[in-house]
Amino acid sequence: MKFLRNYLNKIKPNFEEGGKLHAFRSLFDGFETFLFVPDDTSKSGVNIHDAIDSKRIMSLVVISLLPALLVGMYNIGLQNALAAGTADTTGWFDMFVFGLLVTLPKIVVSYVVGLGIEFTVAQWKNEEIHEGFLVSGILIPMIVPVGCPLWILALATAFAVIFAKEVFGGTGMNIVNVALIARAFIFFAYPSVISGDGVWVATESILGFGSDVTVDGYTCATALQHVANGVEITGASGAQLSVMDMLFGFMPGSIGETSVVAIAIGAVILLWTGVASWKTMFSVFVGGIAMCFLFQYALPENVVAQVPFWQHLILGGFCFGAVFMATDPVTSARTEVGKYIYGFGIGAMAILIRVLNPGYPEGMMLAILLMNVVAPFIDYCVVQTNISARAKRLTKKN
Amino acid sequence: MALFSKKNKESLVTPLLKENPVTIQVLGICSALAVTSKLEPAVVMGLSVTIIIAMANVIISLIRNTIPMRIRIIVQLVVVAALVTLVSEVLKAFAYDVSVQLSVYIGLIITNCILMGRLEAFAMQNKPWPSFLDGIGNGVGYAMILVIVAFFRELFGSGTLFNYPIVEKLRLYECGYLNNGLMLMTPAAFILIACIVWYQRAKDKTLQEK
Repeated sequence: MKFLRNYLNKIKPNFEEGGKLHAFRSLFDGFETFLFVPDDTSKSGVNIHDAIDSKRIMSLVVISLLPALLVGMYNIGLQNALAAGTADTTGWFDMFVFGLLVTLPKIVVSYVVGLGIEFTVAQWKNEEIHEGFLVSGILIPMIVPVGCPLWILALATAFAVIFAKEVFGGTGMNIVNVALIARAFIFFAYPSVISGDGVWVATESILGFGSDVTVDGYTCATALQHVANGVEITGASGAQLSVMDMLFGFMPGSIGETSVVAIAIGAVILLWTGVASWKTMFSVFVGGIAMCFLFQYALPENVVAQVPFWQHLILGGFCFGAVFMATDPVTSARTEVGKYIYGFGIGAMAILIRVLNPGYPEGMMLAILLMNVVAPFIDYCVVQTNISARAKRLTKKN
Repeated sequence: MALFSKKNKESLVTPLLKENPVTIQVLGICSALAVTSKLEPAVVMGLSVTIIIAMANVIISLIRNTIPMRIRIIVQLVVVAALVTLVSEVLKAFAYDVSVQLSVYIGLIITNCILMGRLEAFAMQNKPWPSFLDGIGNGVGYAMILVIVAFFRELFGSGTLFNYPIVEKLRLYECGYLNNGLMLMTPAAFILIACIVWYQRAKDKTLQEK
């Protein structure tokens, strides 16, 4: 640590005004503050600073995402082995390495494209680098299927960073979740690589790891698609999925979304460190469950509505969205009462889309994006209600 | 008076960039979103609007001193409606396919704010020749944006240009290239127009608000 600090101090003058590497100052600044808490203090007035800054918060979110990512990697290998019929002969480590090899290029592409744009903008506007992409960069590969081509991922990342974030003023100013915009872009622009039944299981071996699926035109739909089609929920091998498979995430789906257990570990980290709001998270589940019960009685004919509520919650991206997407402090409601309304809306809308729109088996992404847009209005209403209540109290007293 | 005096030239040229009806005055957005998924209808639409604005400007300018102020909007509407009907019939007769693609949007030129705006703001106060130039300028300014948007939407959305399968001929599909379905949806036109506005304002500092 000491060595690193000394080294940074040594090369720092190169990046300051007049130094020969001045053009890369934002790059240096970004790395320095990523590695060490900046020791700058306020020059005037009295300011109270929290010891934690947004880089530290972002790092915590990334740490809480790791369990889901690691299980997701293992799951990619497992699904590939199941599809190829080699699950009994493949060790768990081989499966994990295969998943790692599939996922790593996606993570690299997402970070290179996203951070590249961030660095360029910071350099161009003569600002410091915003750290917001640290989380988006890991979220984007986690919410796409294995079969998503890298160039589409790069395009979607670029679109999301420019049109959902930079045009609004950068990190902390975006009105909708950047990672979800990347997913929505793929969803509407290239529906064939993010929906249907051909993209959820990796079918080619990489560097000797994994197996080639020999069946021509191998297809495997996600659990929610099976639900929407009204057929039994089966996995990559064609066998029925058990509740344990669904909980641990051993089923086809987007890379990071499948494992409820891993997401729960992330949720505990987020709640324990106070980064995410339990109110939002809790009310997403309440909203989802309420809507499930409502539809169960209101629509006895609809197959999706008749799925038990707990299955709705553990299938698809419901948990992932509730824990990592809905709680994004920038795009969610900020008032405490507003968080309940906002979360409830997400849960309810997600189930509503799943049940009533046959074209979209999953509704979590669209529900969160919709409520992101509504969040400022919710806050406005909550604040106004409070103001008028206090005004009334004042006039009553006098 | 010279045909292309400085003032006349200005009324022809300013609507192209500095006073562009779409990107600066933000008029005619509805049709700019609706007809730009392919180049062909966009070009036809741009041409139709240009012809109609120019002719309506000239007609209104010719009779501007005889129009009673209280019913001028009705007179303008009648003139525009007559011209739109003419254009629509001509299209149906000679370019039926395109007129089907454009469907109601040719008829809706009557409600295009650019037209009423030019008639009210220019033709009512100016002589026929400057009014004609102003109409051409505004029509071309509108058509220009339509064609730019349609170019990108057709190229990336359908992989064609004027229905020529350019992407297929370049063998890009074999490398895994896919058409961008978002480009065929209306939001893409919004984003593209926004990009044009963005570019224009970044280039021309006088357009930026303080």
